[in-house]
Amino acid sequence: MAATPNRPLLEIDNLSTHYVSAQGTRVVRAVDDVSLRISAGETLGIVGESGSGKSTLALSILRVLPPAAQIVSGQMWFENEDLVRKTDTEMRHVRGKRIAMILQDPMASLNPLFTIGNQVGEPIRVHEGTRRAAAWRRACDLLKAVRIPSPETRVTQFPHEMSGGMRQRIVGAIGIACEPRLLIADEPTTSLDLTIQAQYLSLLRDLQREHGLALIFITHNLGIVAKMCDQLVVMYAGRVVESGPVSRIFNAPAHPYTKALLNSIPRMTDNRNRLTAIEGQPPDLSSLPRGCSFAARCPAAFDRCHKETPPEFNLEGGRTARCWLASVAMQSGAA
Amino acid sequence: MSMSSETIVLPPSVSTRSAASRLGDLPMIPIIILAVIAFMAIFADVLAPHNPEVGALTARFKPPFWQTGGTMDHILGTDQLGRDVLSRLIFGARVSMVVGFTAVIFAGVVGTVLGILAGYLGGWADQVIMRITDAWLALPALTFAIFLAAIVGPSMWNIVIILGLVYWTRYARVVRGEVLSLKEREFVRLAIVAGCSKATIMRRHILPNVVNSAIVLATLMLGVVIVTEASLSFLGVGVPPPKPAWGLMLSDGKQGLMVGYWWLTVLPGCCIMLMVLSANLLGDWLRVKLDPQLRQL
Amino acid sequence: MPVLEAAGLTKHFQARRGLFSGSRGVVRAVDDISFSIESGRTLGVVGESGCGKTTTAKLVLGLEEPTGGSIRFEGRDLQELDPAGRRHYRKSVQAVFQDPFASLSPRMRISDIIAEPLVTNETVTSGEVRRRVLELLDLVGLPERSADLFPHEFSGGQRQRIAIARALALSPKLVVLDEPVSALDVSIRAQILNLLRDLQDRLGLSYLFIAHDLAAVAHMSHTIVVMYLGKIVEVGDAQTLARAPKHPYTAALFSAALPSHPDERREEILLAGEVPSPLNPPSGCRFHPRCPQVMPVCGQQEPALAQVGDRFVACHLYDQARH
Repeated sequence: MAATPNRPLLEIDNLSTHYVSAQGTRVVRAVDDVSLRISAGETLGIVGESGSGKSTLALSILRVLPPAAQIVSGQMWFENEDLVRKTDTEMRHVRGKRIAMILQDPMASLNPLFTIGNQVGEPIRVHEGTRRAAAWRRACDLLKAVRIPSPETRVTQFPHEMSGGMRQRIVGAIGIACEPRLLIADEPTTSLDLTIQAQYLSLLRDLQREHGLALIFITHNLGIVAKMCDQLVVMYAGRVVESGPVSRIFNAPAHPYTKALLNSIPRMTDNRNRLTAIEGQPPDLSSLPRGCSFAARCPAAFDRCHKETPPEFNLEGGRTARCWLASVAMQSGAA
Repeated sequence: MSMSSETIVLPPSVSTRSAASRLGDLPMIPIIILAVIAFMAIFADVLAPHNPEVGALTARFKPPFWQTGGTMDHILGTDQLGRDVLSRLIFGARVSMVVGFTAVIFAGVVGTVLGILAGYLGGWADQVIMRITDAWLALPALTFAIFLAAIVGPSMWNIVIILGLVYWTRYARVVRGEVLSLKEREFVRLAIVAGCSKATIMRRHILPNVVNSAIVLATLMLGVVIVTEASLSFLGVGVPPPKPAWGLMLSDGKQGLMVGYWWLTVLPGCCIMLMVLSANLLGDWLRVKLDPQLRQL
Repeated sequence: MPVLEAAGLTKHFQARRGLFSGSRGVVRAVDDISFSIESGRTLGVVGESGCGKTTTAKLVLGLEEPTGGSIRFEGRDLQELDPAGRRHYRKSVQAVFQDPFASLSPRMRISDIIAEPLVTNETVTSGEVRRRVLELLDLVGLPERSADLFPHEFSGGQRQRIAIARALALSPKLVVLDEPVSALDVSIRAQILNLLRDLQDRLGLSYLFIAHDLAAVAHMSHTIVVMYLGKIVEVGDAQTLARAPKHPYTAALFSAALPSHPDERREEILLAGEVPSPLNPPSGCRFHPRCPQVMPVCGQQEPALAQVGDRFVACHLYDQARH
């Protein structure tokens, strides 16, 4: 499969996923006109609060949406194929093999009735038709790869015999079992202790380096982004409000929401200064206000923000921002 | 003099909207059937064309009006003592309703209280109550009811007490389980921190949260209780004759079945079936409606 | 003068080891810890799961009885208090817990939730109760009409404000904050942390602040206590401790904290293995099997919490420095 040079591994164009209530009266625009791209070996962070649509976006990429949700428009180019137009059968060959996903809760992700070896070997058996014994051997290697001590005995054990950190690493092993090109991690460390989280993040980074994986981190934690990611996509109320290289965004956020979010995090070394809080609450997705959805909470909002929805402006350095102020800055910069 | 200058946006009365939408898909058929039965029970004196307990021996075994020999005077025919079947069915609804509801409520109150005590207090109180419950559940309900009925003697209110005593254990089990998870909730811990007594916590924090489950269970139990009452009456240890109970009518009519007096058994049987079915359907609906809400509390 | 002092506080739980073996083990959830909370100040407690921070909070709140040691409140030992004194303690120490969805009784109105501690502990007229509820709602920045609504009508951040209002109903001296913001959205956390700080400045409250977010603890606290497997390993001023940890575990813990900026590169100390079970803690220093700077003495002798420079550390590395 010869990918055209410079074409990213995954390119999402104007994707919208909506939830429609049973009566069809309430439409929730969980993902609204989202575009993003990620190349092989890159790490992309998707940051947002609960209800920002980041998890729905992840489910959309794998096409494992709940029945009420539907991809209504857009394209998802993955290795030159549009995932949106694939049939369910074709998608089954993509899931777990070419795109894998790690979920938040390691306990719920593992079946308590099967041995570790069985579960780690399962994707290999399903996708590559490998025999049980060979899959078992591969499972051993994979456990070694995720740094689980004495993998030969661990493969015969059950999930309840493992600690939380170990279970999460096993979930990671299942994720990389078929050597996927893209790994999506949805809040992979929220249930872990700090030192265990550090272990796990360094493991993910090593796996990425060894296998040339593209990694998508879905998180609400900007710290994870600062530590792990190259590219960042900030979501608010279903839309991408800002995207670009992580260090540039952290140094000079273009969107007021990103700026406020960065300022609202307590820092280890600050001297008990008051935090800059973002006032108010995120809007209700089923009845979004007219104009920019952040306008009501935005300290820099002006008339136009309440009337017109800003489009995605392309800024220099591969950045985008959905903010009227960014367009002003861009024009004055060009002039 | 608000501390923070932010504007807090509260949702406009969500409760009314969600309540309306929650009750939007009421199961109409069971509700109508139960409403009709309740209506008959309440206005039995007005609705019944004849006295249900007095018959004319000259007019025995009259068939319903559409069969030859039937008259419009006795629309659903008469029984072996010449009593009007329709009137007896209407008054029987009253017996079934009164016995069903009061027994379910009686059992519910006893079971819920004991379940809360066992679940919240734990320790020996839990041990004692739950061992009694286990022993109780091990007894076959009907046999136990017959045994009790034989001791206290038949009367409508005795039947209510018997049925309550037989069925409270089911509430106790369900409620205790619910309480065990509720008492680990943070709001209960905060109530302890606030200095509330155990009695206050059980009354204000535990009870309102188990009432839903108890109501669902009660609806499902209604059917069981009515069938048991009918069975007891059928076996002759239930509501004493000549009071018209559906189970008793069934029992009285059974000899006539072989010689073609089908209306004496089929009609009360249908009434029992409709009522139990409606109660169960309503209970199922309530269980589905209230359960998810309970879990996300 | 400290509001609350704990000395040698210990809590052991009995644990059945196996399903069929009768032998019982002892979980040393909190083992001989001492700390004090100054008036108007915040004591932060950090540590990973199983370190005993939640048990410590329960002991302070009287939800658990200590196995050993003492808690002194305003100079008086809790064990020796008469019923009136106990009532006074109950009223003076309140709590805000992590989950704003679980900490409000779902079937009570907000006004009843907030007023409950008041009604339970004092004889007040309904008019006074109402006035106090509105006053508290205003204090935490919620509109008056919130009083007549039910908890499910509020978002997480608003519920946490309600929980705070309730905790303040009896004008307590000390509020135990057990992960008060970790269940909230990122953009809401700063609101609540600011509110807590403002309330402290205004009402002179003391906080016992427990959280796994080190930056939030460092931001909120005056003093930080670091716990590992039921023991205190380090105590010190929040800022200096966060900048220059002395105990190897504190160093590893703070190095594992996520950076607030991508350019912030810290020395990364990856600990091997996981926290051992408190049922069977390692001998000597409980941290020694994972410690990158372990010495022979660590496995044999338990280090005492002793003063090292500006703080207290329990580590054999500093034995020399002390002599």
